[in-house]
Amino acid sequence: MAEIKGAVVVDVERCKGCGLCIVACPKKVLDHSGDVNSRGYDYVKMVNPDACIGCTSCATVCPDSVITVYRAKI
Amino acid sequence: MTDQELKEIMKPENIVYKKSGLLRDNIMHYCPGCSHGVTHKLIAEVIEELGIKEQTIGISPVGCSVFAYNYIDVDWQEAAHGRAPALATAVKRLLPDKYVFTYQGDGDLASIGAAEILHACNRGENIVCIFVNNAIYGMTGGQMAPTTLVGMKTATTPYGRNVDRNGYPMKITELIAQLPGTCYVTRQSVETPAAVRKTKQAIKKAFLNQKEKKGTSFIEVVSTCNSGWKIDPIKANKWMQDHLFKFYPLGDLKDSVKDDPESYKQYIE
Repeated sequence: MAEIKGAVVVDVERCKGCGLCIVACPKKVLDHSGDVNSRGYDYVKMVNPDACIGCTSCATVCPDSVITVYRAKI
Repeated sequence: MTDQELKEIMKPENIVYKKSGLLRDNIMHYCPGCSHGVTHKLIAEVIEELGIKEQTIGISPVGCSVFAYNYIDVDWQEAAHGRAPALATAVKRLLPDKYVFTYQGDGDLASIGAAEILHACNRGENIVCIFVNNAIYGMTGGQMAPTTLVGMKTATTPYGRNVDRNGYPMKITELIAQLPGTCYVTRQSVETPAAVRKTKQAIKKAFLNQKEKKGTSFIEVVSTCNSGWKIDPIKANKWMQDHLFKFYPLGDLKDSVKDDPESYKQYIE
């Protein structure tokens, strides 16, 4: 059966690690990476990519527009 | 999920959300989690969707959003502190075919610029006013603003805002909703995906009102200032929901057209 799968790409250098996307995600896909970018922010990454449904909630609340969301039927 | 599967999904044709083409690539100077970023994004998305990039002129204020002209790729004018509605009046009257919007914070709009916004709205200038209310002066280090809640601690009210000394918090949006020149007055927020989408609809409606020459559209965006409030962005959203929304309830205050001038002639005849 075809399944809706999503994926997000975070622009690591522009992410400020505010964490608003982490709480906005209904599937708990995102979390802080534990690493920092060149500006010293603990950026966000997908920690649970299998759960992503591409709902765009994370990107909608992102103040810095660093998230690109993909969605496909596979 | 394997890398192969991820690659399958991450194809350009599968993009469902990406940064608006109207937002520049430079990094915003706002603090992490600031509501200004979301509001900028929504304005950029609305202008892009309406296809009015070349016809739009923004008026940027003084305050945290003073550099708004660096982020949204439309024409801008920079106003003196609080005077964005006055400058927008001039721009709109000189170039009536352009879409003109102002972008102001609560220190700029509700304090030093209170006269300008009230009179621009009373004249029914055909402009869009976006008012970001975070109940504090963010740029200068978290001082009390007219919109600060009673009891709220700021740099200038370290024991909390006191009515006897500092006066009452000001609901300027309610004041503006009473003015005959306004056509659309609403209060929105940007803390959840649903709220962000509602605010985007409100901004779009405001720009369409301007196209139809209905009067002044005024959108308050109740916002957070996590640096000024000295809490993290997630707690700031919670604090806003628990406290600010009680005093500044969300929703439309007015949705019609500006008053008919004919109805005002009876008093002198």
